[in-house]
Amino acid sequence: MQQTWWPWFALIGLGLYHGLNPAMGWLFAVALGLHRHSRLTVLMSLLPIAAGHALAVGTVAMLVIGAGLVIDHALIKTATGVLLIIWAIYHLFYRGRHRLRIGMQTGYAGLLAWSFLMAAGHGAGLMLLPVLMPLCLPAVPSLPDAGPSTPLLLAFAAVGLHTVTMLLVIGIVSILVYDWLGVGFLRTGWINLDLLWSIALLGTGILVFLI
Amino acid sequence: MPTWKPDPTFYPSPRLAVAAPPEKLAYVASFDPTRKQKDVLAVVDLEEGSASYGDIVGRVEMPMLGDELHHFGWNACSSCLCPNAPHPHVERRYLVVPGLRSSRIHILDIKPDPKSPKVVKVIEPEDLAKRAGYSRPHTVHCGPGGIYVTALGDAEGKGPGGVFVMDHESFEVLGRWEVDRGPQEFAYDMWWHLGHDTMVTSEWGTPDMFENGLVPELLLGAKYGRKLHFWDLQKRKHVQEIDFGAQQQLVFELRPAHDPTKAYGFVNCVLSLENLSSSIWTWYRDGDKWAVQKIIEIPAEPADPDQLPPALKDFKACPPLVTDIDLSVDDKHLYVSCWGTGDFLQYDVTDPLTPKQTGKLRIGGIVSRAGHPKAKGPLNGGPQMVELSRDGRRIYFTNSLYGAIDAQFYPDGIKGWMVKIDAKEGGGMAMDPGFFIDWPAGHLPHQIRLQGGDASSDSYCYP
Repeated sequence: MQQTWWPWFALIGLGLYHGLNPAMGWLFAVALGLHRHSRLTVLMSLLPIAAGHALAVGTVAMLVIGAGLVIDHALIKTATGVLLIIWAIYHLFYRGRHRLRIGMQTGYAGLLAWSFLMAAGHGAGLMLLPVLMPLCLPAVPSLPDAGPSTPLLLAFAAVGLHTVTMLLVIGIVSILVYDWLGVGFLRTGWINLDLLWSIALLGTGILVFLI
Repeated sequence: MPTWKPDPTFYPSPRLAVAAPPEKLAYVASFDPTRKQKDVLAVVDLEEGSASYGDIVGRVEMPMLGDELHHFGWNACSSCLCPNAPHPHVERRYLVVPGLRSSRIHILDIKPDPKSPKVVKVIEPEDLAKRAGYSRPHTVHCGPGGIYVTALGDAEGKGPGGVFVMDHESFEVLGRWEVDRGPQEFAYDMWWHLGHDTMVTSEWGTPDMFENGLVPELLLGAKYGRKLHFWDLQKRKHVQEIDFGAQQQLVFELRPAHDPTKAYGFVNCVLSLENLSSSIWTWYRDGDKWAVQKIIEIPAEPADPDQLPPALKDFKACPPLVTDIDLSVDDKHLYVSCWGTGDFLQYDVTDPLTPKQTGKLRIGGIVSRAGHPKAKGPLNGGPQMVELSRDGRRIYFTNSLYGAIDAQFYPDGIKGWMVKIDAKEGGGMAMDPGFFIDWPAGHLPHQIRLQGGDASSDSYCYP
């Protein structure tokens, strides 16, 4: 059992991790709420942010499934591992070289696009690959009693679980900061998650080769 | 090396920045108007209780002659905490110091020894011209996603001037900022309303209009800049221009509210051709447009032609020549430098359209030559580049405007100085009688930057 349950726990864990990172959206929601003096704006902003994140992660999942149909699985594994390691190095040295595109006057569509770009640029979907692969590449055993076990449904479930976890986390953190902590907390509380992020990407890349 | 926590000098909001600790050092651009000696970035000790308090404790020579150091800024500041383009772990470590005349941009590292910064990189004018198509770099602002710099001339030193962007860690010139400049031709200052996705730029003129001093025919013909430009900060497009009218010349320093939710700011206009007055204008959001309103007019003072430089004798009046203004981080007080009359004014601008004058001092001045308790005899030059501590309690200013223009209004030759003013809680101010830096002969002081940030260095994304 343990062997088949771990991807789902990992998805929750990564949802937690992505959610906590201010660069993945909760801070943007807080800022918009502060600008518009509205807690509702904070909460409403989280929806397009989560949707954009899900879109970025979902795209990666679809690519894996698509690749799984035509390419040898061992080759996908190797390619993914290499890609993750390259991404980790790129992220470490070229973090934040992107130009600003979405500002504080943005609407919900802009937020969705912003979240998609941030998640895609940070390689959030790539980080999920070691988890998605055993679920989405059918040769690998999947959850035994999950009913429909087609890769597509499992991918939806995986992205859904990850996103719901993330949404819960950003909801809690943003309200905590908006109502109690205040943005002053950022001065000491904003630890270098980008650095951890690079390490996580690198670790994931290596993990791909091990599983 | 990436850091673990955000730079301690970054503050999410102006409200929090006001509580920042007092500055310990000031960096002051110092240039030789004769271009025979190298320009210098001077370091002034501001740590109260220090044995060398109020002294120049360091000087960094630029590598070449003839830069005319003028304005400068930081590689990174509080805007790195913005949620849409976060770079919280970049350090406020480098000063970006352009030569306005040479178009050479110096990068100075202050981290190893803040009292003795090191020139670690020089961007040559050819590189700037090739990558951005600009020259005469002026205002430097650390912003979201990079360092924004205005340039008063194009690659050939003609118009249009504009804005270019540099990377805040590699200092590579990334290129011209504007995608669509619309009718904008002249450049000078630039800042923004991060909460309103708006950049604002102002106007002086092209290099041929100022590098040998102000040209009287152009000035009296109202050919210098007189407009404000508003831009979409994200789309990098011109959205609106506001013409101050044919009577107004030289629209200079832009001081938007620090609170990112507020959509207003202040700008000085140096000269009215009608009556030689200077004026302060407020720009503000009016429906879906930007609008301006003149909120302060400072009149010229009648004067004996014998006491005036040749350029002013016929007018029999000393113009105030408001050439710099600065807004406190809490957006409550506006400081105004009258470089002509020698006045230094404080206004309460809590209501940005109805200012109340709350303080007035005089030092130097074309006619008055007012002195200082710690200086011997009369002083020339006048209040010019002004900088405020983040808590708004200490104000510093220097007395030189621009080499070629200094000589037009103070033909006897400016002797440089830097002074400090203490702001009283709730309004009012007083000259600090113990703080007077008699600037070393041969150089003149211009812009001041305070270590850790000041009232015109940082912008914020949170109210």
